[in-house]
Amino acid sequence: MSFEYAPAPESRAITNIKPKYGHFIGGKFVAGSKHFPTINPATEEILSQIALAGKSDVDAAVKAARKAYNSTWSKMPGKERGKYLFRIARILQERAREFAVLETLDNGKPIRESRDTDIPLAAAHFFYHAGWADKLEYAGLGSSPKPLGVAGQIIPWNFPLLMLAWKVAPALATGNTVVLKPAESTSLTALLFAEVCQQAELPAGVVNIVTGDGSTGALIVNHPGIDKIAFTGSTEVGKIIARSVAPTKKSVTLELGGKGANIVFEDAAIDETVEGIIDGIFFNQGHVCCAGSRLLLQENIAEEVLHKLKKRMEKIRVGDPMDKNTDVGAINSKEQLAKIVELAKVGDAEGGQRWSPACELPKKGYWFAPTIFTGVTSAHRIAREEIFGPVLSVLTFRTPQEAIEKANNTPFGLSAGIWGEKGSRTLWAAQQLRAGVIWTNSFNKFDPTSPFGGYKESGWGREGGRHGLAAYLKSVSNEKGVM
Amino acid sequence: MSERIDVKKTYKLFINGAFPRSESGRTYEVKTSKGAFLANACQSSRKDLREAVVAARAAHNGWSKATAYNRGQILYRIAEMLQARTGEFVQEIMITTGVTKVKAEKEVLQAIDTLVWYAGWSDKISSLTGANNPVAGPFYNFTIPESMGVVAAVAPENPSLLGLIESIAPVITSGNTVIVLASTKAPLSAMSFAEVLATSDLPAGVINVLTGKKDEIAPWMASHMDIDAMDISGLSSKLTSEIKVAGAENLKRIYSFKGATAARITAFAESKTIWHTIGV
Repeated sequence: MSFEYAPAPESRAITNIKPKYGHFIGGKFVAGSKHFPTINPATEEILSQIALAGKSDVDAAVKAARKAYNSTWSKMPGKERGKYLFRIARILQERAREFAVLETLDNGKPIRESRDTDIPLAAAHFFYHAGWADKLEYAGLGSSPKPLGVAGQIIPWNFPLLMLAWKVAPALATGNTVVLKPAESTSLTALLFAEVCQQAELPAGVVNIVTGDGSTGALIVNHPGIDKIAFTGSTEVGKIIARSVAPTKKSVTLELGGKGANIVFEDAAIDETVEGIIDGIFFNQGHVCCAGSRLLLQENIAEEVLHKLKKRMEKIRVGDPMDKNTDVGAINSKEQLAKIVELAKVGDAEGGQRWSPACELPKKGYWFAPTIFTGVTSAHRIAREEIFGPVLSVLTFRTPQEAIEKANNTPFGLSAGIWGEKGSRTLWAAQQLRAGVIWTNSFNKFDPTSPFGGYKESGWGREGGRHGLAAYLKSVSNEKGVM
Repeated sequence: MSERIDVKKTYKLFINGAFPRSESGRTYEVKTSKGAFLANACQSSRKDLREAVVAARAAHNGWSKATAYNRGQILYRIAEMLQARTGEFVQEIMITTGVTKVKAEKEVLQAIDTLVWYAGWSDKISSLTGANNPVAGPFYNFTIPESMGVVAAVAPENPSLLGLIESIAPVITSGNTVIVLASTKAPLSAMSFAEVLATSDLPAGVINVLTGKKDEIAPWMASHMDIDAMDISGLSSKLTSEIKVAGAENLKRIYSFKGATAARITAFAESKTIWHTIGV
């Protein structure tokens, strides 16, 4: 007997997408000059026209941010600043459904994820940081840590509103003002967030949003009026930014790529582990910098795990992101799909064995079936390079030491997972792994109280928790008590 | 009676617990402040640096996994060994830099106290900079500081001994291993300090000391792909930009400091956050 799922589509009636958008500068929407389309990657429908910010737009945004920093935001007591963040958190909660639908339309991620993960976590980030605004002297950064000034923030397309929250909430709580650029393919929730700032009566210029592509990002990175750059995206672009700011006094934090190892020891609870492997690589179509994209199976259980994993993958529902039953949605863009297709071909060419469940993909839009490659070694490109898609590379190991060696054999160091029932061994493995975020018997969990960020080429600095505040504050130099 | 001839010291490098000469065979003259010849110091090459990085990398796992108590005791042991040789270091500093005995003595004693200060930090840093994070779910979540890996340090020209110790003590406190390039003009106390290190139970490769030209070696440090971070406190600010650009290739963490601070320890620590699932 088999159960079929009836379609359970979410309505898009709650959204109100304008045919054309401008930038949000100095508390007002201002018209852009050039525009480019933003599409729904699940249908290729053009949703709206997004403005491409040039030099004069970025200049105006930086000027507005500086003015707001000097005249209001840096002078306002933390207690009052915090109240604005609390207001924003509440409005995000109130308008959560609208944000979730808009995010799914623009990004292609399943409504279940935007509804249950992205938007609630974005609100939680504002709520968490709101409470820090009047307690910064307790953060271990000295008795009176100071904001840096104007922060230029460039965010990716995989978690558009959530990444905005990770950037804007700590910057505002610590007294900085921001110029934020959402990713080219996912600007809509950032522009809706601008409305939230208006509803919260946030002083004009504290948050400025300019839309555009990499050229707009470069204008922000190289702008002399900006004190701090915060970037989330690829390691490749992260290195370009690091070089660009080298001759300047700008502070920088970078949240970059990863090739997370997900290690399964022989004593793991197999059924739970299979769910965790699925969460690790197929959550958000694998468009996750900390994805568990390298599965390391202890040799004696590899066959059993793979058998159960394949059976479980056959149950993954790929398709309409607006359907509440959908597990895996659309690939965010044509370009990203081409990248995934190319790297998967490399996987074939290098001798990996590709497997995907039989699944019918929609005719329109950008799609890639959940895929695993077995017979992969540490030397294969699909075990070394970030694919940023629903593609899992499977390797095996014999001893715990070998698992650690393979897991650490990467220039990245963002995340890792450990599956096993023996507590002392999971603690040991967590100690040995060179990565900034480690999940044991779980994967892809996020929380505003929990610092996130990588070792090595996965970036500079942390976001979230007490540790994340350091990215936006300077302490009085050499003051006693400063850690 | 004929006058006794002094036995002079040959100054070499300190790599992997041994004292090799530079593989390049190059030396440069070290002179007194008045210009008289003192010694030939090794002018390290790129290859010497690479040997030192191999040693530092090999030593990292053991040193970073040693207990904080153990690391603290070894740092304290270094201070003990330096204290016992105070007079020798005072002489060496006086003769190379031309400072008064009072000033040289002050530097050496401060260097000893700095080592003692960092010795006491090794088992406290985690309590003060770690965190238990109250996540909204059934997880025990905590953040701990860990070593970054292999750090390359360029020690200040002056004060040559104290500056060197301020460049290495905080770095190894949290479990990093280090390659330090000593003061070019006054490298002798650095190499004598390596003798102190060699008798302090410090595992081979944890601290490696090079002498030579900063503008030659520092760029090689910056572009070396197995160095995780740099302390460039002793580098001319004219070179900062070039070093940071080269260091971006593997996203090195590159910092500059003044004096002995706790921030010097945390700058070279990574924060690791671990989510442990809670359940029956």
